[in-house]
Amino acid sequence: MVAYPADVIAELERKANLIRSHIIRMTRAAGSGHPGGSLSSTDLLSALFFKVMNHRPSDPFWDDRDRFVLSKGHAAPAYYATLAESGYFPIEELMTLRKLNTRLQGHPSMNKLPGVEMSTGSLGQGLSVANGMGLAAKLDRKTYRIYCICGDGEMQSGQIWEAAMLGAHFELDNVTAFVDRNMLQIDGPTEKIMSIEPLADKWKAFGWNVIEIDGHDMRQILDACDRAKDTRSKPTMVIAHTVKGKGVSFMENALSFHGKTPNDEEAKKALRELGEDQ
Amino acid sequence: MNWKYASQRKEYGRALIELGKMRKDVVVLDADLSGSTRTADFAKEFPEHFFNCGIAEQNMMGTAAGFAASGKVVFASSFAVFATGRCWDQIRQSIAYPKLNVKICATHAGITVGGDGASHQTGEDIALMRTLPNMTVVVPVDAQETYKTTKTFADWPGPCYLRMSRLDFPVITDPETPFKIGKGTLLREGDDITLVGCGVMVSRCLEAAETLEKRKISAQVINMSSIKPLDEGLLESAAKRTGGFVTAEEHNVVSGLGCAVSCYLAEHRPTPLRRVGLMDTFGESGEGEELMRKYGLTADKIIEAAEEVMKRR
Repeated sequence: MVAYPADVIAELERKANLIRSHIIRMTRAAGSGHPGGSLSSTDLLSALFFKVMNHRPSDPFWDDRDRFVLSKGHAAPAYYATLAESGYFPIEELMTLRKLNTRLQGHPSMNKLPGVEMSTGSLGQGLSVANGMGLAAKLDRKTYRIYCICGDGEMQSGQIWEAAMLGAHFELDNVTAFVDRNMLQIDGPTEKIMSIEPLADKWKAFGWNVIEIDGHDMRQILDACDRAKDTRSKPTMVIAHTVKGKGVSFMENALSFHGKTPNDEEAKKALRELGEDQ
Repeated sequence: MNWKYASQRKEYGRALIELGKMRKDVVVLDADLSGSTRTADFAKEFPEHFFNCGIAEQNMMGTAAGFAASGKVVFASSFAVFATGRCWDQIRQSIAYPKLNVKICATHAGITVGGDGASHQTGEDIALMRTLPNMTVVVPVDAQETYKTTKTFADWPGPCYLRMSRLDFPVITDPETPFKIGKGTLLREGDDITLVGCGVMVSRCLEAAETLEKRKISAQVINMSSIKPLDEGLLESAAKRTGGFVTAEEHNVVSGLGCAVSCYLAEHRPTPLRRVGLMDTFGESGEGEELMRKYGLTADKIIEAAEEVMKRR
């Protein structure tokens, strides 16, 4: 296990907090969007873009970059904020989310915004795409890696399990996927709507290297990525246990904030909690 | 008419192998039908560049998108009914919307699939593909044109759909016949009516034109293999010259070639027209030719439609 220095961890946590504040401002300004699942994915995204992945924001199409697919496309606000903080486009542009003529579509569109590797939004499809990227990398004898974040609700769609089979069959050890296990989907708790447990056992049975972590603990996220890198001939599925709405007390585990944005009062309160109300 | 017959699928397989020899960026995907679609021919020559995705078309299309996003030109094959219907949302979201370089090359289209019956036949694939923004749709008239389309697709940017049959089709073109996406071909000149066909129905149009000639009706025949983009210039000049149309396709008359032609004419040059095709029905088991007769995909039906249009001109 690599011992990451405390200042590296603290910086990632600071970035994640900043991204959370962007999510609040963006979704407030847009008046629609998905803050809950964006906040639960934030730490994963921060760890990936600010530490784990090799990428060059000034050269988004650099051949050897690591690839990222946001299968849960509705976490677009978190994704965009992370890309902007990485330097792919100006921070001010974040406030155009969902507005007419914006590059920041409600769900990510690869041909509109630099840094977006794949258009997503219709759930259950991103892992297949990540696998295709993994196969292409192997065919080209390239060593770049592919990262993918799925929602837990997505585990209900059949295509995910088709992709699970393919990833294991072709031994795609260059693919690291995460499931943002925040336990909630639009209509309610996943286990009430359509249970997906025992999730780890399922992925193991499908032939994946499975790692379970606290998806808000930077050290655990970084460690999982390191272990995935060291795993041969198996793709890795990181089950990241998260809290929907993480970081804002009244949004945490609140089903209502899956697809509802904070009003002015709530946004102010949220930013105060995040220490970003200036 | 005495036709020579040739296999579209075989030419598809041959074109893939040539592409494999010429370029390193071609990959081929199939969903457990590689023997039938003839992608197995490519797999044998280039095993590293072939990926069998199993009976999972949705995942195949997503995987194809990932390959394409990584700079590959991807040919993805299955039967037309599965390659378009079963994974339409994956094609829409992961291929057409992001405008990725995936060539969906489907065999066993229409009802000439035969014995397998309605579950494996399709009269909806052209409709499903042509309604997608960014999608190019080509229905080659014969084996030779299938070869040319496959080769052309490799250099044509963005998502494409190629429709092939299970049965051998009459040979209409030769290696020298020009093929261009967006261009139809005038195969026979005539002054009274225009017969516009795609796929196997072009041969039926040519047969119909011969009979019509004997009945003093001068019919011209267009092979409209490029359904999207449609050759509007050719339709315009045909409308000007003949003032009447019959369209013919081995596909539902709803939203196929006939609808594409009618929409253009209705908006730009209203002209009497009749559509010949599957009359909003599923097929059934039987021999291909038997089914063509039972479902009215015949020269006689085209003649009947042409004579009816002549009365309305």
